[in-house]
Amino acid sequence: MSNRLRKPCIAFAVPSMLLASGAAFAEYKLNFPEPVSPVTREVFDLHMMTATVALIIMVLVTIVIVYSIFKFRKSKDYQADQEFHNGWFGTWSWLFVPAIVLGIDLTIAGSASSTFDLIEDKTPADLTVKVTGSQWKWTYEYMEDDVKIVSSLLPKEEAGDLYLRTVDNPLVLPVDRRVRFLHTATDVLHAWWVPAIAVKKDSIPGYINETWTIIEKEGNYHGQCAENCGTGHAFMPIQVNAIAGDEFDKWMTEQKGLKLAKAAEAASGKVWQLAELMTKGEELYNKNCSACHKPDGSGIPPVFPALKGSAIAMGDISKHLDVVINGASGTAMAAWGKQLDDLDLAAIITYERNAWDNNTGDAVQPSDVKAAR
Amino acid sequence: MSSTATHDDHHHAPPSGFGRWLFSTNHKDIGTMYLIFSLIMLFLGGSMAMLVRAELYFPGLQFLEPDLFNNMVTTHAIIMVFGVVMPAAAGMANWMIPLQIGAPDMALPRLNNLSFWLLPAAATLLILSIIVPFFGGGAPVNTGWTLYPPLSVQAGMGMDLLIFTLHVLGISSILAAINIVTTILNMRAPGLTMMKLPLFVWAWLFTAILLIMIMPALAGGVTMLLFDRHFGTSFFDAAGGGDPVLFQHLFWFFGHPEVYVLLLPSIGVLGIIVPTFARKPLFGYKSLVWGMGVLLLLGMVVWAHHQYTIGMSVAATNYFMIGTILISIPVGLMLFNFMFTMWRGAMTFETPMLFAISIILMFSFAGTTGVMLAVVPADLQYHDTYFVVAHFHYALIPGALFGLYAGVFYWLPKWTGHMYNETLGKIFFWWTTIGFNLTFFPQHFSGLAGMPRRIVDYSVQFVEFNQISSIGAFIFGLSHLLFVYIIIQTVRGGPKAGDMPWEGAQIGTPGLEWTLPSPPPFHSFETPPTVK
Repeated sequence: MSNRLRKPCIAFAVPSMLLASGAAFAEYKLNFPEPVSPVTREVFDLHMMTATVALIIMVLVTIVIVYSIFKFRKSKDYQADQEFHNGWFGTWSWLFVPAIVLGIDLTIAGSASSTFDLIEDKTPADLTVKVTGSQWKWTYEYMEDDVKIVSSLLPKEEAGDLYLRTVDNPLVLPVDRRVRFLHTATDVLHAWWVPAIAVKKDSIPGYINETWTIIEKEGNYHGQCAENCGTGHAFMPIQVNAIAGDEFDKWMTEQKGLKLAKAAEAASGKVWQLAELMTKGEELYNKNCSACHKPDGSGIPPVFPALKGSAIAMGDISKHLDVVINGASGTAMAAWGKQLDDLDLAAIITYERNAWDNNTGDAVQPSDVKAAR
Repeated sequence: MSSTATHDDHHHAPPSGFGRWLFSTNHKDIGTMYLIFSLIMLFLGGSMAMLVRAELYFPGLQFLEPDLFNNMVTTHAIIMVFGVVMPAAAGMANWMIPLQIGAPDMALPRLNNLSFWLLPAAATLLILSIIVPFFGGGAPVNTGWTLYPPLSVQAGMGMDLLIFTLHVLGISSILAAINIVTTILNMRAPGLTMMKLPLFVWAWLFTAILLIMIMPALAGGVTMLLFDRHFGTSFFDAAGGGDPVLFQHLFWFFGHPEVYVLLLPSIGVLGIIVPTFARKPLFGYKSLVWGMGVLLLLGMVVWAHHQYTIGMSVAATNYFMIGTILISIPVGLMLFNFMFTMWRGAMTFETPMLFAISIILMFSFAGTTGVMLAVVPADLQYHDTYFVVAHFHYALIPGALFGLYAGVFYWLPKWTGHMYNETLGKIFFWWTTIGFNLTFFPQHFSGLAGMPRRIVDYSVQFVEFNQISSIGAFIFGLSHLLFVYIIIQTVRGGPKAGDMPWEGAQIGTPGLEWTLPSPPPFHSFETPPTVK
């Protein structure tokens, strides 16, 4: 059934669908996604164990209550036992009920504690990825290879049914290698969560948290930011593409080549034309800046000021360079100097100075950025 | 002598006009005002939840911008916690504690007046915090009720108003709590020893002690937040040497015991209602009292289970996990005692009892998902998903709100002198219980499937459960119109209730409130009754 058809159907048929056959019900996801790493599998088993204990307790409670309702009712002329609470059961239940509950508790806590040890296992990893959350995108840095990926929401037209679960540049990881994730954030709290491959820990500015995984199955895994990070919280999806080890090595070599080529272009000393910078700048602006300052430069005042007609974007170039490179302290504006190279920054700043009727006519060159750093 | 007689006459009738309410020092009038206030706020907070569920009926953005959506989520929570459950429970305490302990009034009547009249002031500030963004007051508060920095530092003026709201509410709660503790410890009728107190009074004694201990932590935390926002401090700013996680500790040091502040009064109500309709004494009275005490102590020292994902040390995490799981002992014992109060009783099923039985079932369920959430490794998956949303709504709606509904139906005849319409009461019970379960049961599954909290838009894979949930929410929300209708109908008239409308109300308890007429005179127990 096409998606357009599905919505109205579901809207009107929910109650009947609830009663429908088990086959129809199987379409709903009732549980965690299938775990594909040692950590998530153990957590999944633990979850199933506690859920089973919960189910048993609920069945017992329901039996006692339903039995009481049918048996001990005045309409059946049942006479209340006024001394029941003074019998042996009433005298000693305060002792044996806690003892039984304590037994269940310690069983659960024991196996939880050993699973937690596995989560906190610090065996050296084959690969370390630093995951940085920012409003509202993820930056992945392969620490050993010095390669960086910026990953943001893929628009609805391109993502289709995976909208809000897929991104422009997914994190690529090899299967069967131990990967360590280091979590941090640049602005507010975020949480990187891909339930199939690893547990979540918060990304906190000033903190570095650690999780790990060994992905055992090739495939694309989805998740999204779990900790409320403001306006774009719902629009911060995560995608991990797990591929075979040798393919991953090939991919990594390619990335390093691209990185070198890009660095060479930025450092070539070429004088860029306004039109070239504008084309490049528009693309980069929409990717890096538009989440806060909006594609039309109107911003979300007062936290994220408008750039259209702004004193900084239309005034002194050196002030504009300073804000973009070093950020603005005490505000949400990040320091982009470390995240983007000279050419990218030149293109973005040129775009901001000429788009939306700002029309200053300035073509900022990579060399200007380099000088301002 | 004649002057004394005139003086007495003067005091028998309530003053007339608006002044009766504004300057009231009468526990019944103040209790009524608390209850009416919370009923109004219930509709305000409820309509925000309806907006949220309407937005989530379809994926995509329909009615609410992302920030406004999260503002509704935030304000809904603050209203329900501070504007509905706490005032309603305080209103019930005001009405019932003096009647149940045989006191003429609360110990500190003028303080009582102040603690109520701070509430409308706080509500005004809260409503202003929603409105100011529309008049150039900056971005709406979009943090959720936990107000975590650094996000809460980014928000606009609404955040400052919300901080002041919490200050005012905190003062109101502390004053009310001091009053209740003083009343219970000093104003009991001769012979009414502590271990003869009705469970509701015990529950409120613990609640009040808890409030006095935790409210200052919240007040301190939000004040530090205010300083970070405006006075250049960096308590919570890592770049300035502060720590964003510190706020979480301060907030949850308040926030976790707050859960018991919401739950305990309703546990107390259950302790009155279940024996009444089972027509036999409460099973395990002593262990219920001790259980609540243990719950209070344990509840104070397990706050960090709300923040397992911040990356604490293994030892600290294990401590918080075991402490949290141990909470199942007092809670399990309480539910056990209620179940075995029904066992071998002679039950009838009037509206308060229907609520009580459904609370025992649904709250047990919330308890079992609570144990699931307490388990750290699994919580690292559940955390911040709809599974958590489902869990705490199962804990708080039956555990707190339905307990208060049960109390309202149980004591409405005493308060008004009229019986409510039993048929309508039962319709309300089934309507609201079915609506509630339809709303929140599916959210366990959307959470496990991977849907995070506080998102305005979601992927199509979550559509089915969200739509069931939204339909349920509207059924649940609309049922409350019937609730108000029943209350108004009962206040305006109906069959006479008599002094003791419930056959089993005095079994196993002094039940002093039933020795007075319904409704009780403006000044009750001018000479203290004696309890044997």
